[in-house]
Amino acid sequence: MKASLTLGKVSKFMGLGFFITLKDLFTGKLEKEDLKSFLRKVVVPLASIILFIGLWHLGAKSLYNTEAEFKIAKALQDQGQAAADALKVCIASGDSSCQPNTLPSPAQVWESFQSLLRDHNIISADKAAFAEKTAALNEKRIAAGQDPIVYTGRPSFVDQIFRSLQTVFAGFFLAFLIAVPLGIFIGLSPTLKSAFNWFIQIFKPVSPVVWYLLVFMIVKTVLIGSSNDSSFTISFISVGLCSMWATLVNTAMGVSSVDKDYINVAKVLKLGTFQKIFKVVLPSSLPLIFTGLKITLSVAWMVLIAIELLAQSPGLGLFVWEEFQNGANDSNAKIIVAMFVIGIIGFLLDRLMLTIQNWVSFDKQDAI
Amino acid sequence: MSIITENTITKEVLAKTFPSNEVMLDLKDLKKVYPTPKGDYVVLEDLNLQIRKEEFVTIIGHSGCGKTTMLSMIAGLNPISGGNIAVLGKHIKGPGPDRGVIFQAPSLMPWMTSLENVMLGVNQVFPHGTKSQRTDIAKYYLQKVGLEDSFHKKAAELSQGMQQRVGIARAFAIKPKVLLLDEPFGMLDSLTRGELQDILIEIWNKEKITAVMITHDVDEAIFLADRVVMMTSGPRAKIGDILEIDFKRPRTRKSVLEHDDYYKYRKHLIDFLEH
Repeated sequence: MKASLTLGKVSKFMGLGFFITLKDLFTGKLEKEDLKSFLRKVVVPLASIILFIGLWHLGAKSLYNTEAEFKIAKALQDQGQAAADALKVCIASGDSSCQPNTLPSPAQVWESFQSLLRDHNIISADKAAFAEKTAALNEKRIAAGQDPIVYTGRPSFVDQIFRSLQTVFAGFFLAFLIAVPLGIFIGLSPTLKSAFNWFIQIFKPVSPVVWYLLVFMIVKTVLIGSSNDSSFTISFISVGLCSMWATLVNTAMGVSSVDKDYINVAKVLKLGTFQKIFKVVLPSSLPLIFTGLKITLSVAWMVLIAIELLAQSPGLGLFVWEEFQNGANDSNAKIIVAMFVIGIIGFLLDRLMLTIQNWVSFDKQDAI
Repeated sequence: MSIITENTITKEVLAKTFPSNEVMLDLKDLKKVYPTPKGDYVVLEDLNLQIRKEEFVTIIGHSGCGKTTMLSMIAGLNPISGGNIAVLGKHIKGPGPDRGVIFQAPSLMPWMTSLENVMLGVNQVFPHGTKSQRTDIAKYYLQKVGLEDSFHKKAAELSQGMQQRVGIARAFAIKPKVLLLDEPFGMLDSLTRGELQDILIEIWNKEKITAVMITHDVDEAIFLADRVVMMTSGPRAKIGDILEIDFKRPRTRKSVLEHDDYYKYRKHLIDFLEH
């Protein structure tokens, strides 16, 4: 009883209130008056998911048929009846060599998802075997002052997810380190505000691609002569610079618009500058700072894909791009898998920020 | 109705009522001007008022006449355009904890508990005390306002009336020389208002901190005050009349309401406000 109560609180805290309703359903605790809320919170979302998958299935099927008919008609025109018939048989047999290239169906995407997981397991096993094999040798090499031999095989889909998360968090952290202190200074001082305002207004709308190019120009020269792969550095700095503006602007706004009553209290009590900032100004602007940080994290995740692609930095962005270039039979399905993974991780990141906000800030937010 | 000059009143009252003749707060030729595109707007002019130590003065006047402006000038939150304000003979420069303020809105930091809100002031004023001494002071005043069960509640979780109680505790806990109250009960329902008036006057009877309070409520003005100061309507507002309330302290609401002079005082104030 006590444990389940805590679970309920935690779920609500994280903006995942539907867990409570689900749990009540399974524990048989659902009352009659809760039926409406059960319908709204569980049945309606489930129905809409089923409807979505159904529409997707039908749409994919229709696109598949259009593409197949076009292919057959083209074969008929270019190569004659025999080739067209052969192609028809080939498509019907489901042979991967002649499948129409179009939007994959939900079933194909699910199949690709599983195959990506299988692939991950194979690569993991491979990696473990490699580590075992080289363990003794690496120990010797380290003892002799040489670099250890590392696994250089292709990363699995799961590895790429983690690599992307690393990049996004490094970028987010950089944005946090720059934007929050700078925003506080700008918010506190009208002089600094006018000094930085043009800068913010001009750089805020710059596109991720241009940021990437700018960072590339600088980092390339700074890291000149270094043998390390700079693509990770370039991509996380670009992500940080792209995404920090929302935090900068919101922090400055939060700090400069602290309730006048609080400032008057601070004045009457003659609080020192340090105390005024940490006891009054910052806590009161936390809700706006967090709004900024939430936008920053979601922007970071969004631009990450484009920037990884440009920087050739391993991760989901590069995965999507390589699958698109690859053009294998299941490439399209893999791209859709990546799309869902990106979306779900974006959603979880947003919830993570909400949880931190509700934990730190006095202003409790409900999930939207 | 004749407007009695302030000096005659002061002399009269000094002579008979107060044990202490020391002037705590002295407003001299006070002036406040707001520049506007159409020329200067004079809110207050030639405002003279002396308030003695341990005196409770309420200020009454029509909305917008400049009462709040005057109070925030005393608090040091609003610059003075002319004349001066002195506390115990020393001209004030900006705000400071020698003049505690209870604002109209409770103005508590919602992210702090009620204890932390009171401690914020206590820490400033008694920096040399030990932490436990300071906590004791804060807790003492919170108990005085009836919040002994809410030390660790966040201010945002308290009702408006409870928040204003914390505001009262915060103001008394820094032991100011002058207490400034800007319509502190204006936002409360009449039951809560009565409760808080009782709490305020109970603490005040113990601490006897010189108090200046703005109010719109004639009954509140009479119940709490030694003198009720009536301000003329702006622009160029000044002191219009001063009414001395000659009830003995400690007062109870019942004894005040049943006193023969109560309706005389009340009529005096209402006559002033209606003319």
